[in-house]
Amino acid sequence: MRIPVSALLGMSITTIFVLIAIFAPWIAPYPIESAVGKVWENPSTTYWLGTDTIGRDILSRLLYGAQVTIFVALVSSLLAFSMGAFFGFLAATRGGWIDMVLSRAVDLMMAVPSLIVALVVLSVLPLNLTVLILVMGILDSTRVFRLSRAVAVDIAVMDYVEAARLRGEKQGWIIFREILPNALSPLVAEFGLRFIFAVLFISTLSFLGLGIQPPLSDWGGMVRENKDGLVYGKAAALMPALAIAVLAISVNLVADWVLQRTSSLKGGRGA
Amino acid sequence: MSNELNHLLGLATAGKMSRREFAGRAAALGVTTAMAGAMASTAFADTPVKGGVLRAGVQGGQSTDSLDPALAASDVPFMINSTWGEMLVDAGLKGTVEMRAAEEVSSNKDATEWKFKIRKGVEFHNGAPLTSADVVATLKRHTDEKSKSGALGIVKGIKEMKADGDMVTLTLAAANADLPFLMADYHLVIQPGGGVDKPDAGIGSGPYKIVDNEPGVRTAFEKNKNYWDANRGFADQVEVLSINDNTARTAAIQAGQIHIMTRIDPKIVEMLKGDSNVVIERAAGPGHYVFIMECTKAPFDNNDLRMALKLAINRQDMVDKILGGMGSRGNDFPINASYPLFDDTIAQREYDAAAAAAAYKKSGHDGSPIILQVAPGAFPGAVEAAQLFQVSANAAGIPLQVKLEPDDGYWSNVWNVAPFCASYWGGRPVQDQMYSTAYLSTADWNDTKFINKHFDEVLIAARGELDQAKRKTMYSELANLVRDTGGLICPMFNDWVEGRRKEVGGWVANPAGTLMDGKALSMCWLNA
Amino acid sequence: MHPLLKLVVQRLVLGLLLLLAVSVVIFLGVEMLPGDTAQAILGQSATPVALANLRAQMGLDQPPWVRYFTWLAHALQGDLGKALTNNKDIAHAIGQRLGNTLFLAVCAAVIAVPLAIGLGLIAARHHGRWPDKLISGVTLAMISLPEFVAAYFVIFLLTQVVHVFQPVSMVFPGMGFFAQLKAVALPMIVLVMVVLAHMMRMTRAAILNVMQSAYIETAELKGLSPMQVIWRHALPNAIAPIISVVVINLAYLVVGVVVVEVVFSYNALGQYLVDHVAKRDLPVVQAVGIIFAAVYIGLNILADLIGIIANPRLRHPK
Repeated sequence: MRIPVSALLGMSITTIFVLIAIFAPWIAPYPIESAVGKVWENPSTTYWLGTDTIGRDILSRLLYGAQVTIFVALVSSLLAFSMGAFFGFLAATRGGWIDMVLSRAVDLMMAVPSLIVALVVLSVLPLNLTVLILVMGILDSTRVFRLSRAVAVDIAVMDYVEAARLRGEKQGWIIFREILPNALSPLVAEFGLRFIFAVLFISTLSFLGLGIQPPLSDWGGMVRENKDGLVYGKAAALMPALAIAVLAISVNLVADWVLQRTSSLKGGRGA
Repeated sequence: MSNELNHLLGLATAGKMSRREFAGRAAALGVTTAMAGAMASTAFADTPVKGGVLRAGVQGGQSTDSLDPALAASDVPFMINSTWGEMLVDAGLKGTVEMRAAEEVSSNKDATEWKFKIRKGVEFHNGAPLTSADVVATLKRHTDEKSKSGALGIVKGIKEMKADGDMVTLTLAAANADLPFLMADYHLVIQPGGGVDKPDAGIGSGPYKIVDNEPGVRTAFEKNKNYWDANRGFADQVEVLSINDNTARTAAIQAGQIHIMTRIDPKIVEMLKGDSNVVIERAAGPGHYVFIMECTKAPFDNNDLRMALKLAINRQDMVDKILGGMGSRGNDFPINASYPLFDDTIAQREYDAAAAAAAYKKSGHDGSPIILQVAPGAFPGAVEAAQLFQVSANAAGIPLQVKLEPDDGYWSNVWNVAPFCASYWGGRPVQDQMYSTAYLSTADWNDTKFINKHFDEVLIAARGELDQAKRKTMYSELANLVRDTGGLICPMFNDWVEGRRKEVGGWVANPAGTLMDGKALSMCWLNA
Repeated sequence: MHPLLKLVVQRLVLGLLLLLAVSVVIFLGVEMLPGDTAQAILGQSATPVALANLRAQMGLDQPPWVRYFTWLAHALQGDLGKALTNNKDIAHAIGQRLGNTLFLAVCAAVIAVPLAIGLGLIAARHHGRWPDKLISGVTLAMISLPEFVAAYFVIFLLTQVVHVFQPVSMVFPGMGFFAQLKAVALPMIVLVMVVLAHMMRMTRAAILNVMQSAYIETAELKGLSPMQVIWRHALPNAIAPIISVVVINLAYLVVGVVVVEVVFSYNALGQYLVDHVAKRDLPVVQAVGIIFAAVYIGLNILADLIGIIANPRLRHPK
């Protein structure tokens, strides 16, 4: 198997991000909460990426922030995908009232403004990472549901699925052996983006007061903390934004490669 | 430059003195004619220009805002109401009152009865003359519990109000030497018939009439042609635009879309100075950012612990980092040099980790985390300030922890409910009003639950005290009581940092409130 | 009745029932939030007497179910009532702001949807080569910016560096069409940036997914040009996931743009909803919530229909 350069690049950057997240406490030059420098210092040999709005070292905060950012985004997108895709496929293959109930339930969830959902959750449930991940995962799974149902409905009427049904294959077999491989490409493409949306969504929720507690901050939250310096090119706002972009691109490079592999899995020709 | 000369320049700038008169009086102060001439040309370059559309970009508007002055609570409604309405008096410069709807005010000897003589020829926008009956009806509306008025606490002390010809007589339950200042409160806009029928009609006696009002977006005004004072209302039209985003508001003034803006983020002042089109106006006012401990709730019922926390905060660091240097250090009482009768001999409290640690030890606190609740909207930079506090307190061995709360519902669920949280005060024109609003045992807004009988007695006594020297001593005592035994941690007083385009003339900083205490649109003009 | 028509009628009826359910959920949700409108208006000056007075005045002293059904009865007759907070007529305020919301959404969609699909097709056509990589890289970089960052970036570039637009985008009744268009230019650009990548990447992925099929091979063997193959054979078969994602993004353009509205002070529904949720002003929250829900439900019905029409096997079920 030959891995293209772009995928290799994506994988190594993603791996580096995961590693620095794990080893943040050992490699961060300063503690996360200490205001060691002046406000919004430019990058220097002392503070490699500059300092933030109250003089904390950006590099250290980025390293610690990687932990919560990557972990929460990854787990919540995985949750959203396993839930959304499973129910989406189920609705598409079973049809009838199961489809009707699931689809309308999702319509209802999507139709209620998420601000109200978030605020209600906020006032009713305890605030911790588990709740944060669950809320993000469930809210996001509605979008995945609609996509996977749309894809699967098309596949479910294909001759080969019909054939499998006539062979008397079980529901699970049809979903995992017939539908999933053929629906994987759009889902992988979607996963790459959902992951980024999750990274950005954490900062929105943090802003509402749900989730990440100071002094810890996720990357999106760091951009927000320093947003007034953005148009003046302050490193404090640009660095975390850059980090998100690099993470986004490398994750999607990997996704692109997986997408290519999955489309060739189906037999056909080509790569 | 001498103070007197400054004063003359101020008068000249405000258009209250002719060039010749200025030169003459400046000469009397020993200024050479040539120099006086040079000074005069800077002052008189600023003679008012009529016409044009003057726009202010203000932070803090919502689509739920109302034109009812009783309900005004943030900068946008404040600015809107100050433009269409007028009170009996305004808070003037340097602790004076300026006569508006009233032209004269006097009291009896013990300051229990006050008489306001209503100015003749003042007219509401609907054409009706402003009478003493309107004034009394207005004040009555604000004393009515149903009115929901933010000024309820202020007018509560008035026992009886009477309209007689052009005279309004207010009889107080207890002496109050500061009553005229209370009448400058921005809720007490005089409305026809007191605004009882339609409190949000937006009809008043101010220099501009409302043409179009979309709450939380824009309020457009046109000049009130029958306005009584030629020194206000120069532009033909003015607009208040509600622009809540800092970056957009700053970009709008740089692009010339607005002429005046509120609340420049202090951290970007340095960068904004590079723009020659924008002038940054600073005024050191009475507004302050605070952390409040409720003296009645554990563990804050222990004065040693309160003292430990007061000693564990680095005020200079906060002024530098949270205010970008645009402010001054607080001293754990709510008064600063912007108030009349301020005692500047009270020692400044400094960050002292050793003393804080000692006080903490003395308090016998069990070492469980001390939770400080804070939301981004508590004051600009509140979350960051709380984190600075946490670090400096932890360095002194105090287990302070910050808990981030949502902005939504902060003022009803956390403030005045949680034992330790962040908040802010806009300040008041006089010391009595500040203390009476938030430190009197029985005050509605006593958010530190500061209960001290002696404090209350001195405060009430000072209110009726007409001997200024004695009064100053009393206020000094009050300050020390709050500073040393109260629940207030006041790390900083924030300056008003506002911007105007260079073509805007007539700006006179008034620290009593934002945008020249709400008069910027009425008193400024556009130089061509 | 034609089966498709029957389906539409069925879904519309269900949609109305869903709206009813949404109104109940929103009502319960806002009821669950701490505080009420009286408290929000009075703030800390609230004395128990004043609170009781104000609650009685606004009808908040009645039990929740009475208030819900009173609201429902009025709403069904087309009377949305007045805002509790500032007594403004809700229908009037919403009418104006809904117009602004739709104006911005349509402007952004008209540019973003064809652009995204076109770029997706080009990327799929040149799959793995530089046009694909360039398009993917640029759109990914744009989507990974938080919305306000994209907004500030655009403000800086187009109002400070090049003075072509104004940073504040408020629109007012009586403004001409082109004046409005100029006013919303900046938020529109930001929204296009935000939604472009999602739709473009799904188009590309869905096309690539069907490109492996046998019928595509047949089409290629017939001697059609690559773009013809994609346009005539691949796209119709890949339409379901693309429409699904386009619809999610269209819905976002209507209901999810509050951050952009705030940055540009654009007076549309999002900010209006947020302000009234903060004040627990239920009649307004209900009205806006129902509109947003109707947009979602309507777009979802549309997406399902297009999916069925595009797929012959679904159109004529066995």
